[in-house]
Amino acid sequence: MASYSTSEFKAGLKIIIDGDPYNIIENEFVKPGKGQAFNRVKIRNLRTGKVLDRNMKSGETVEAADVIEMDVQYLYSDGQFWHFMNPENYEQIAADATAMGDAPQWLKGEEECKIMLWNGKPLAVTAPVFAILKVTETDPGLRGDTATGGTKPAKLETGATVRVPLFINEGELIKVDTRTATYAARAKE
Amino acid sequence: MTQDEGWRPTASFDVLRLRAQMLKQLRAFFDARGVLEVETPALSRAGATDRHLASFRIDDAHGSRYLHTSPEYPMKRLLAAGSGDIWQACKVFRADEAGRFHNPEFTLIEWYRVGFDHHRLMREVAELIATLVPSVAGEPEYLTYRAAFQRYAGINPMQTDAVACREVLRIRGNEVPAAHAFDTDGWLDLIAGEIVYPALGHKHVVFVYDFPASQAALARVRPGEPPVAERFEAFVRGVELANGFHELADPGEQRRRFERDLERRRIDNLPMVTMDEQLLQALGQGFPDCAGVALGFDRLVMLAAGAEAIEDVIAFPFDRA
Repeated sequence: MASYSTSEFKAGLKIIIDGDPYNIIENEFVKPGKGQAFNRVKIRNLRTGKVLDRNMKSGETVEAADVIEMDVQYLYSDGQFWHFMNPENYEQIAADATAMGDAPQWLKGEEECKIMLWNGKPLAVTAPVFAILKVTETDPGLRGDTATGGTKPAKLETGATVRVPLFINEGELIKVDTRTATYAARAKE
Repeated sequence: MTQDEGWRPTASFDVLRLRAQMLKQLRAFFDARGVLEVETPALSRAGATDRHLASFRIDDAHGSRYLHTSPEYPMKRLLAAGSGDIWQACKVFRADEAGRFHNPEFTLIEWYRVGFDHHRLMREVAELIATLVPSVAGEPEYLTYRAAFQRYAGINPMQTDAVACREVLRIRGNEVPAAHAFDTDGWLDLIAGEIVYPALGHKHVVFVYDFPASQAALARVRPGEPPVAERFEAFVRGVELANGFHELADPGEQRRRFERDLERRRIDNLPMVTMDEQLLQALGQGFPDCAGVALGFDRLVMLAAGAEAIEDVIAFPFDRA
């Protein structure tokens, strides 16, 4: 099994700690005086997204996490799993709700998503940065008010709710930044 | 910087000029105090037994030599031979130490003062720092190791254990993987490095002194309840600049410490090193009561230059050497 010594640590390395896969965000070598050297690492749990600080004894090794990321196309959901296809070999991959996280609320079908696999199993799915979606429900806009910068909630065709400017009406298409779940712009068909 | 730029120095010429100027001030500082500048071998038959120091080993047809991790042993042989006060600035080598404050090859200023104890030497260290880095002038603060831990980590380091230490770190969000266990001193080092030391020296120089006897290294241990090692460290802006001792003079105790170090190396599966029999002989001849200290010159230049990383004050750090 592949492993890394603390002296090989750098940002972006994928490792396993206490049974979970992590991505190293930052690494610093610390050695107080004549004592024990250690590495101070900031890591992100690739299952939960949680960021943690950890200290590891310098010179120790940790298991490498077999984590890969690839581009896939979203096909459909059967209610329990979300199905994707690898466009290179047409293989299908099914992700469960845990791996999907917040992604389903931006997906209608055929979107290019990123999927992260750990030991071949889906760990996380990332929706495209921008989603073009129809507003299905929102309060009527205040006519002529395009400049004050006020917002209101709007329900989208996928079930997601985002805050939109007051001039957006039901039936219109909007562009949403999925990273922050915020309105980005009006969109055309 | 791209790969092609790897031949270039990482330090600016302004910093290199500052570095040269500080070396001059250093010579003047010791000259004015009548401390003799000496040179000792960088390649020696004996290595550092301390399990937290990794020596570079050089093999040739005649056997092995170690690049020194500090000039301490031969300088002590000079003292035993009657040199009186001595100092030197030299390159030392520590394998596997690389990071923002570490380069495996770095410059140490090491000096010994006959008749001084660690308290008197701490005052001289403060004077040297204030001379070379005027921005940290001002009255230094002196804290025992115990007081520093009680103030900043809320524990008594003389009466703690691994479980309590792990908890102190956990509360702060610094967890250690279950597989990475430390001994009590290792846990204290971790708390020191994560909590206590980063808090020290933001207004003036802070000295931490009287360490647990288990962390004596080459310091003499003062009997008491508990016994403490007459050792100190100096901190400015959370960074350790110097480590000093009221020097151990007892050859029997020194031999026992070497042997204990080697035993720990064996248990930890670390490379064995040859202990310095010549130092033990020298101590056996009679060693003057003295205090000695090693100060990291590169870190002092970092402080004077306001540098963020050690590579900013070294022309060619290890990966460009």
